Amino acid sequence: MVHLPRWQVILILLVVLLGVIYASPNLLFSRDQADQMAESAGWVPHQQISLGLDLRGGVYLLSEVDLDYVFAEDRENLAEDIRREFTRDSIGYSDLGDLGDSVGATLADPADADKARDAIAGLSQGLQIDIDDSGVIRVTFSEAETRTRANQIMAQAIEVVRRRIDELGTREASIQRHGDDRILIQVPGLDDPQRLKEIIGKTAVLTFRFVNENVRPGGPIPPSSEELPAADSGRSGLPGSYVVSKRVMVSGDSLTSASATFDQGRPVVSFAFDAQGAKRFGDATRDNVGKLFAIILDDQVISAPVINEPILGGRGIISGSFTTQEAQDLALLLRAGALPAPITYLEERTVGPGLGADSILAGEIASVLGLIFVVVFMVGAYGLFGALASVALFVNLILLMAALSVLQATLTLPGIAGIVLTIGMAVDANVLIFERIREEMRAGRGPVTAVDAGYRRAMKTIFDSNLTTLIAALLLFQFGSGPIKGFAVTLSLGLITSMFSAIMVTRLLVVAWLRSRRPQALAL
Amino acid sequence: MALIRKLPVELNFGFIHRRGLFFIFSAALFLGSIGLFLTQGLNFGVDFRGGILMEVRTPQPADLGELRGRLNALGVGEVSLQQFGEPTDVLINIAKQEGDEQQQILAIEAVKDALGSGIEIRRQEFVGPKIGDELKEAGLLATVLALLGIGVYIWLRFEWQFGVAALIALVHDVVATIGFYSLTQIEFNLATLAAVLTIAGYSINDTVVIFDRVRESLRRYKKLPLPEVLNRSINMTLSRTILTSLTTLLALFALFFFGGEVIRGFSAGLIWGVAIGTYSSVGLAVPLLTFIKLRRGGADEEDTEAETAEASS
Repeated sequence: MVHLPRWQVILILLVVLLGVIYASPNLLFSRDQADQMAESAGWVPHQQISLGLDLRGGVYLLSEVDLDYVFAEDRENLAEDIRREFTRDSIGYSDLGDLGDSVGATLADPADADKARDAIAGLSQGLQIDIDDSGVIRVTFSEAETRTRANQIMAQAIEVVRRRIDELGTREASIQRHGDDRILIQVPGLDDPQRLKEIIGKTAVLTFRFVNENVRPGGPIPPSSEELPAADSGRSGLPGSYVVSKRVMVSGDSLTSASATFDQGRPVVSFAFDAQGAKRFGDATRDNVGKLFAIILDDQVISAPVINEPILGGRGIISGSFTTQEAQDLALLLRAGALPAPITYLEERTVGPGLGADSILAGEIASVLGLIFVVVFMVGAYGLFGALASVALFVNLILLMAALSVLQATLTLPGIAGIVLTIGMAVDANVLIFERIREEMRAGRGPVTAVDAGYRRAMKTIFDSNLTTLIAALLLFQFGSGPIKGFAVTLSLGLITSMFSAIMVTRLLVVAWLRSRRPQALAL
Repeated sequence: MALIRKLPVELNFGFIHRRGLFFIFSAALFLGSIGLFLTQGLNFGVDFRGGILMEVRTPQPADLGELRGRLNALGVGEVSLQQFGEPTDVLINIAKQEGDEQQQILAIEAVKDALGSGIEIRRQEFVGPKIGDELKEAGLLATVLALLGIGVYIWLRFEWQFGVAALIALVHDVVATIGFYSLTQIEFNLATLAAVLTIAGYSINDTVVIFDRVRESLRRYKKLPLPEVLNRSINMTLSRTILTSLTTLLALFALFFFGGEVIRGFSAGLIWGVAIGTYSSVGLAVPLLTFIKLRRGGADEEDTEAETAEASS
């Protein structure tokens, strides 16, 4: 072991050199410079360690898409379709409706079963239709159909969330599907996390409907209408709620553009419909001059203007009691489109930029001090050999930095803790080796044989002990979330790089020293 | 230089001889920790119990009493405030709100309004009831799997008797760490759970090093009685055990004192765990081997295999 083959020497030096090259962008450049280099330099290593949200500041949002909402809508629509088909084919039925997990109905004449089955089967693919002998019908969406639908909704929801975040002008946001019905949103470096949450959380379903002026709010309401609260309820002089028709005149799907602007000095949102929407809006307003229509966002009436004249150009403005910011946000939501289903936040972690910067500083101080403590201790305890181990410790840190940069693993605050822990534990391999060498010398061996036997015998122990820690670290990675994953990453990488540096690098140094000095005894 | 030479060369403490003492201490520690856990439980953080956590910085040193009065008047249930590092920094803990996720978000809004502008919100965490339960499950699963995984590894690399002793020591360390968090009432969150798992890894690391030596000594000193072999093995590796613990502790103390408020609870647990893990390797894992019938003797198949393997490496 003392006679290192040349190829091993070259390999060790090469690894260290690569480590230095790949770690260098972290030390040489500021973050902005590195970003610029990423655009210009092709092959030159420019990647820096990517910092987690807890260090950069930012928002981590885990949200859940209410798929059941869409499924319930689908079942209601299916029930309506069945009603239409049955009426057309003159099939007698009763009790048609949504049963919570299926659509049910009862045939007046069980003999119509086959006719009914054909009528329903023609409506859509992936329907599972059960009709028993007494004419009771149960229609469910097949599992494959439900899954396809869920995937479609999730993809759509993610797309809408992405558009909204892009509209906010934020860079580097990460929006990922998480499990069956969740979206994980991570946005670094935001000044106003509250606004982000408000904007993402709005379903933003916009509809234009007529106000039912025959019914007073609070009174009995016909089934074709519903009572909705006003968005600015409580403001004097305006009603707190409106009775509006359930029938939608035009919906937000038909919008082609929306922007915040001013009208008579007040912030408003101007919009434009596509051709079809413009025609429908034009027809409806032409026939109903003098009546009220309501602009409704997520079941709240934003405003309910009088139709003074037919609106034929497909353009209009929404004037509620907005602040400038609210008008901008509404325009943004209308441009980005509505979410296919409401979403709720399950988990939020927001770190302000101030705390992030403080954490980085604290982490740096702790790392440097940890390093100094350990180096002083090792040199004090082992003299020259301790100094060699300290060199290996530096190499270890450089390799760890390089590995984090190349893998683009995210460094979190617990991740920094992992690095500090690695600093403390990394010298363990060297301690094991040095203690072995000491023992061999006590057993009467000369320097060269003692070093040789020390490395050889310690090796197995080092592997055993490091692998057990690695098992714990890998499980942490598998089951930990967010920042904890970061801890597992630096701990695992640190274990691997420390094995290399503590074994290979110190061996190279010790062997070089033995060869050049040819000492008669070791200062251990 | 090289102060290590000042250490006595042949250490010979009677660890095995005093094992009764260690066992009593460990049993007390173990039972005490379980007792603490059962009586006062853990101070679960927002990760596991769900709820809202905010770290805010006030322009002037914070008046906790005044803030508490303001927030308690909101009717969002139990609000606890605590100074966090700097005198201007306050940690606000709000219990899980009745009802669904939406209620939690409303509570955050109410608190923010009550705090008013001029207060910097440095951190805001909200964990809904659903996620809290999921994180708890995942955490428990990770801990159990880590213990099992490590046990299996030891069982594969050593004889099963070693695996049993290591696993007992490991469970001892994990329980003692839980006891530590229960006693100090330091917040138990995802990070502290990571600390517990790291301690499991560290403690076993320490144990494996001594076990390795035990295995080697068993082959080398075939005539010596088992307790004597075990005692020698501990003593031969003692300087390494102490040195490594010290370097690790040095790094951890740097983390504890300078790493910032957010991870202080995490580093405190690690410091305790490294100390306990070191103790348990020497005082528990190896002495336990005296109760277990270890296979000795030269004509053993595995031993020969291992020796040839070593000779050829």
